[in-house]
Amino acid sequence: MWWRSASFILDRQQHQNGTVAPSPESFLLSSPPPMADSPLNPKSNISAYYQTRAAHHAVVTSDWLAQAQAAVGRHSDDDGSLGGDKGAAPIGGGGGGGEEGSGKAFSVIDEFNSWRKQPTLAEAVAAIRALAAVIRTSEATTMMELEIELKKASDSLKSWDTTSISLRAGCDLFMLYVTRTSALEYEDFNSAKSRLIERAEKFGEISCKARRIIAMLSQDFIFDGCTILVHGFSRVVLEVLKTAAENKKHFRSSHCFNTEGRPDRTGLRFSNELAKLDVPVKLLIDSAVAYTMDEVDMVLFGADGVVESGGIINMMGTFQIALVAHSMNKPVYVAAESYKFARHYPLDQKDMSPARRPIDFGVPIPSKVEVETLARDYTPPQYLTLLFTDLGVLTPSVISDELIQLYL
Amino acid sequence: MIPPAHHHSDNFLRTALQATSPTKAFSYSAKTVTIPPENEDVASSFSPGRKVVSAKSPSSFPGVKASSVPASELTTVSVVNLPPGISGKCVYKLKGKLIAEKAGGASVEVQNDRPVSAKTLKEKTSKAERRALQEAQRAAKAAAKGLNLMSVLLTYGYSVYLVYFTFEQILNNFVPVDHYVFLAEGTKASSAASKVVTSANTKPSKAAKPSSQKNDGSQVAASEKKGGDRAPEKDRKKDAPHPRMQYDDKSRVEKAKKRAVVKQTEARNRVELFRHLPQYEHGTQLPDLETKFFELDPMHPAVYKVGLQYLSGDIRGGNARCIAMFQAFKEAIKDYSTPPEKTLIRDLTARISSYVSFLIECRPLSISMGNAIKFLKNRIAKLPLALSESEAKSTLMLDIDRFINEKIILSEKVIVKHAVTKIRDGDVLLTYGASSVVEMILLHAHELGKHFRVVVVDSRPKLEGQLLLRRLVRKGLSCTYTHVNAVSCIMQDVTRVFLGASSVLSNGTVYSRVGTACVAMVAHAFRVPVLVCCEAYKFHERVQLDSICFNELGNPDAISKIQGREEINYLDGLVNQENLQLLNLIYDATPSDYVSMVITDYGMIPPTSVPVIVREYRRDHLWS
Repeated sequence: MWWRSASFILDRQQHQNGTVAPSPESFLLSSPPPMADSPLNPKSNISAYYQTRAAHHAVVTSDWLAQAQAAVGRHSDDDGSLGGDKGAAPIGGGGGGGEEGSGKAFSVIDEFNSWRKQPTLAEAVAAIRALAAVIRTSEATTMMELEIELKKASDSLKSWDTTSISLRAGCDLFMLYVTRTSALEYEDFNSAKSRLIERAEKFGEISCKARRIIAMLSQDFIFDGCTILVHGFSRVVLEVLKTAAENKKHFRSSHCFNTEGRPDRTGLRFSNELAKLDVPVKLLIDSAVAYTMDEVDMVLFGADGVVESGGIINMMGTFQIALVAHSMNKPVYVAAESYKFARHYPLDQKDMSPARRPIDFGVPIPSKVEVETLARDYTPPQYLTLLFTDLGVLTPSVISDELIQLYL
Repeated sequence: MIPPAHHHSDNFLRTALQATSPTKAFSYSAKTVTIPPENEDVASSFSPGRKVVSAKSPSSFPGVKASSVPASELTTVSVVNLPPGISGKCVYKLKGKLIAEKAGGASVEVQNDRPVSAKTLKEKTSKAERRALQEAQRAAKAAAKGLNLMSVLLTYGYSVYLVYFTFEQILNNFVPVDHYVFLAEGTKASSAASKVVTSANTKPSKAAKPSSQKNDGSQVAASEKKGGDRAPEKDRKKDAPHPRMQYDDKSRVEKAKKRAVVKQTEARNRVELFRHLPQYEHGTQLPDLETKFFELDPMHPAVYKVGLQYLSGDIRGGNARCIAMFQAFKEAIKDYSTPPEKTLIRDLTARISSYVSFLIECRPLSISMGNAIKFLKNRIAKLPLALSESEAKSTLMLDIDRFINEKIILSEKVIVKHAVTKIRDGDVLLTYGASSVVEMILLHAHELGKHFRVVVVDSRPKLEGQLLLRRLVRKGLSCTYTHVNAVSCIMQDVTRVFLGASSVLSNGTVYSRVGTACVAMVAHAFRVPVLVCCEAYKFHERVQLDSICFNELGNPDAISKIQGREEINYLDGLVNQENLQLLNLIYDATPSDYVSMVITDYGMIPPTSVPVIVREYRRDHLWS
């Protein structure tokens, strides 16, 4: 009974739902959710953030893809970008949102989703761009009106996906940015508006630049011949390792261990990327972390969000790797852009809004067996050594200082 | 990230290793972040797993023999990754020259395993550097091996030494900087550093103190300003906190006694370690003071009344005491009239000071009261001279009201709002003693309809928890009451611990009712999150490591006798014996390791961020 297929899950879902017709979202890894359709997140029990991640970074094997295509044959006309084929992912286009907005009723969530589909664009930046589009299409005539409108938009964005830390951080940052621009008071409204839009546009570039800065800063920590353990897929970590591979002559002699990153197997994709850079890579299954830890010189994580305590929220498995590394005295580094800093303070693992994600076990699970589908965990600051951010290399306790200075 | 409006637009270019190096902002370029080739080799020769951050400081940094050392060559070095056992957050900062000098005295092993580069560089090194090199090598021969707990990469000029220090040496020689914020203070505090480092040397470190992100128009300008307004030696002495009265200093105690309004008899048998704290025979002052109520000239009756209430214990709790004191001061200011040929500012300040010293005689001030008094005195000092007396008085009274409203009442509400988000259905909340804020939190959460259980932990002799329990039970909360003896048993069921605090100090230490530390430690051992609720006006920039040097002693009789139980009389007749010492402490200090979160009016912060609040909002609190 080894069903390695997407259609199996589809069948099961169908079975469960009974009469409900299967929608393309009801099968799991192989499809990016058709986000632009609904104003509310249709599947509240599945984290939209992780759906996008899976669509962008997960490895989808060919048999999966084939079966998935077959299973959704009737839908295949409307999702051409199916199966993590990121080259074909629709690019939202620079001012696309604005023009659309004039045509039909503008929805910030649609806008956000169109930005979100770009694999290189961080979620926070997508949120910022969506909010910038709100400004662009806004018919407000006063700053106050605009602010209220923005507040509404950001609230709706935040409530649309409560699980995404970086979405929340992006919205908060942008709101801060609008409400705190004191220079605007001296200008007339239209020029202020255009300046806001201009600066929001810049933000996307900053986000790419932030990755470059982080990559440069972290080079001091990656020495020749070192062995790095990475977990899952992170764009920043990839950038860091790419830069290291470019800069260091002897970096080739070093190894990168890579965990598999179940259930969406983002680690596989990451190892593909590293192999392209000619970095020696070894792929581990997630459960082999402790076994390999003695060979590892450092652990490098990305982060979904950096929280006020200085800890990080990241893909499930991060915490246990950090724990193992801590107990073996290996340094744990985190590479994260500063727009992922969120004013959020989880006390323990359960103190977060749960982000769920479907898990494929390959075999049917009896209905009596409960499956833990949470997608992320919280790593407390005492298990982290340093954070590489675009603000500098910070100890975990400085995160809160930066946040206090930013938000208060 | 989007820099908020108050940020300089190219903020993200700040690539300095902020946490570790005291560098000024330097413009971002590839060169600044890659280590120069010589350094790189050494870095790679490290044993794997041991990471060293070396940050080149472009700031000119003259050593002691400044004339012989090229200023820009010195590099500041920081060790980031510490071995286990030492706190991982700790960052040591040291001066290049300091190490070179100390390297001679301390047992230091210098690994000069790169003779080639050392030789090639020899031509370039100056006299002073060569001398340092020789000294270090000599030291290396003498040094015992294998004691290395920490490696320090020291780039001094062009030559590179790998120096191993034992932990003690580091403690002695370096300036431990718990947090980079306190760089300047840290250097000041360390006597070892200040001996070696001349005042010229402290300047760059102060200037380099990573100026807060908030107000950097340009960081260089900011650092220049900071270097510029560095107080001269004399002023700095004035800034230093006034030494507290040490009650084991006989001559000073005698002097103080002559001035005192309250006649107190000192307790005879005082515990060895706590002789520096005041302790009096309880019950001796009160009748005496009551008879003086009408003949007391300098004291205002309202202040006198509050003092008596402190003495008898009718008013207790940080906020209550603070509000009572301010109400009394308000009364006093209302009735105040400037004597002829005196100015209001000076005379009123003196008057307030005399009130305060009276209150101290009744009961030592709490830290929150100290902060509040500082606020009031500042307001008086800042009064414009042009103001008439009645205007000045009404301004002050308004200020007092504002302080009570904004800093105490409003901030309590904000804390409640934040804390309630951390209470979930089905939680079991433990609290210790009777904190007014915690009580408000529990009641508010109950009003919101959350289902949770409360465990009130109490302790003898004050049994304040019973008061809290009474109020909670009346409102219909389901409560469990136990004494601190049973805290380890009850902790298994608990999901959150909420604690109040008398003060939070800038190293994150929570100064609170005695027993709090015990509860927090047990909670930590059981992995239960500890949330400390404290208004920001109670934060203090002092650092305290134990609860001995600053504390308050209660009535020793309270622990030797149990009220209402006559049969427990084992200590009868023994109390006045020479060899019996009774200790009834009022406060204790909880290390920040046991605190998961501090909830304050500025939100929920980790205890390590208390100094940020103190630094950023000091002005708002006291000098606004």
